[in-house]
Amino acid sequence: MLGPGIKRFELDARDIARKALPGQFVVLRIREEGERIPLTIADTRPDDGVIAIVFQEVGKSTKLLGTLEKGDSILDVIGPLGNPSEIEKFGTVVCVAGGVGTPEILPLARALTQAGNKVITILGFRNKDLILMEPEMKAVSSELIVTTDDGSNGTKGFVTDALKQVIERGTKVDRVIAVGPVIMMKMVSKLTEPHAIPTIVSLNPIMLDGTGMCGACRVNVGGETKLACVDGPEFDGHKVDFDLLMQRLKIYLPQEKESLELFKKTCEHQGENDA
Amino acid sequence: MPKPSPKRIPMRAQKPEKRRYNFDEVPFGYSPEEAMAEAQRCLQCKKPSCIKGCPVEVDIPGFIGKIAEGDFWEAAKIMKRTNVLPAICGRVCPQEIQCEGSCVLGRKMEPVGIGNLERFIADWEAEQAECVKCEKRPPTGKKVAVVGAGPAGLTVAGDCIKLGHQVTVFEALHKPGGVLAYGIPEFRLPKAIVQREVDFIRSMGVKLVTDEVIGKSRSIEELFGEFDAVFIGTGAGRPWFMGIPGENSLGVYSANEYLTRSNLMKAYLFPKYDTPIVKGKHVAVIGGGNVAMDSARTALRLGAKESMIVYRRSRKELPARAAEIHHAEEEGIVFNFLTLPKRYVADKDGWVREMECLRMRLGEPDASGRRRPIPIEGSEFRIPVDMVIVAIGNSPNPLIPGSTPGLETGKHGNIVADPKTGRTSKKGIFAGGDIVTGTATVILAMGAGRIAANSIDEYLKTGEW
Repeated sequence: MLGPGIKRFELDARDIARKALPGQFVVLRIREEGERIPLTIADTRPDDGVIAIVFQEVGKSTKLLGTLEKGDSILDVIGPLGNPSEIEKFGTVVCVAGGVGTPEILPLARALTQAGNKVITILGFRNKDLILMEPEMKAVSSELIVTTDDGSNGTKGFVTDALKQVIERGTKVDRVIAVGPVIMMKMVSKLTEPHAIPTIVSLNPIMLDGTGMCGACRVNVGGETKLACVDGPEFDGHKVDFDLLMQRLKIYLPQEKESLELFKKTCEHQGENDA
Repeated sequence: MPKPSPKRIPMRAQKPEKRRYNFDEVPFGYSPEEAMAEAQRCLQCKKPSCIKGCPVEVDIPGFIGKIAEGDFWEAAKIMKRTNVLPAICGRVCPQEIQCEGSCVLGRKMEPVGIGNLERFIADWEAEQAECVKCEKRPPTGKKVAVVGAGPAGLTVAGDCIKLGHQVTVFEALHKPGGVLAYGIPEFRLPKAIVQREVDFIRSMGVKLVTDEVIGKSRSIEELFGEFDAVFIGTGAGRPWFMGIPGENSLGVYSANEYLTRSNLMKAYLFPKYDTPIVKGKHVAVIGGGNVAMDSARTALRLGAKESMIVYRRSRKELPARAAEIHHAEEEGIVFNFLTLPKRYVADKDGWVREMECLRMRLGEPDASGRRRPIPIEGSEFRIPVDMVIVAIGNSPNPLIPGSTPGLETGKHGNIVADPKTGRTSKKGIFAGGDIVTGTATVILAMGAGRIAANSIDEYLKTGEW
């Protein structure tokens, strides 16, 4: 457990651990009736054959995943999928993350630091109780700025406010990487565009196979349709049509709700039986 | 021999008004009596042209002759000598342009129901306590890796194991079968049958590894550490879209996604199964192939009031199997011929609500030999829709060409392989099926698999490239 509703699992997946690079993801399926869930690889320990995933329990499938315990097994895990992040010496890189994006940006920040960059990390949370992984992020960043929406810890405001301050105080920013809620990635991209700072965002559209076969994850980048699973998941934030992405993430809202209600009822029923 | 009756024995099927509401298989198959009667229509030609029409060269008069005699066991043995997936071929091959299209009877009357008989003998064999065992050559000690467990890969696996090699098949998805598992619906090809044929190949000793994305978790180069030859049969991966405005609207699917949700993930059983699917009431399917027919008929079964095919040419040019067009018509699928979508109109939330189309007329034949459709200027009209399925084909899956340096590819990203041998530009690597040809059929992929398997065998013997 990393925070409220946010969990971190380590999975035995030797082949994936050996090959995975920062920015890539896996697709997993918990059980025979389950759906295929894409999740970013949050960490790897190749020698132990272990990968880490982080997820927020929001819908039925992630809640079901959250009920698993140490030693349980997951039916299918495939990967590493998607293109790895571009890691080279850019100069000063600002890593921006919010909520569940925080653990996902950790391997990127680490790799960028190792590649000789000065990494400034900006993390945003709603309030102080939701703050994640502060020490870990500090260890891989030259500077760490934590913001909370309500000011209960760190700087009051959004990640964009903090990023604006970094730019305005005269720090020469060579690259920005944003991982987290779509609206956050959109606002970050909007902010950096007039400053012409290259900005990379990691997109999380609905996916199915994750290998380029189905086209569920299509996104509009610079007027062209791209598949996030094989052409991404990282794209130039100044070219992404975030509004379309937000719309497309809502395709199955009614079904997701129905599925979750049913799951909750089943859990309650089981609880009664167990009692 | 008595003169054959001009008409073939029809196959009993679920009534259209009933089946359009369920996912059960449409035809019931022949009874033994019906099969024997149909088999007796075969003239047993001395120089059979039907075999030449078959990409895997099944001994058609041979197995049909045995059915006519009532010796089903022997018929099954003959069949499995050349075809490891008969229950599937009987159901999905375009027989009218292959074996049945070459049948001598067809010149004056209905050709022998070769597909129906193939299906009969495969299903009959499956019901027996014991299945036909294929003879295997003594072990060669050589190892073959097959990438992709679709029709091409399964054929290579079945053939190579018979030739005495060890075979491992790698599949990226969680189930083997490729398009047979994710693409073709239950009502046309029950998944239990795919499983049965895969089990048969496994029972011959083929090792099957699912959830392994070759090109990602292991490269083709790395496979050579363990294997002596590699066959790539990763299929037509990436769905084509038309690139017209509004195509990313909510409710616009690729056929691959729509069918994968329904078939592989069983979204038609939602919420028992977790994968959701949009249930459109007014559905337009763009395209005229088998995949388009499958999509339109699936939409009907998922509750569409109106499910229509939108095709830019006329009925005559439809590339789908005759049986599929016939079944779709019977079920009430509406056909809009000579119609081309121009753009999609969405509501404020992004959901597709209308499609604007152009009327077409047919001009001179194009490179494919079919008459080229030409838009009629000013003929725009609108059709109200709440779901669209784009079924206009796929380009080859990019994962392996993109991760294998030195492997020659064509301009569409397809792997270049010699059609006579399946050999690619790299030593020890063979390829076949849609990854080489682009979107084609199950049996053509199997035919390419057959050719590649023989060529792999030769390469493993001689080591010559």
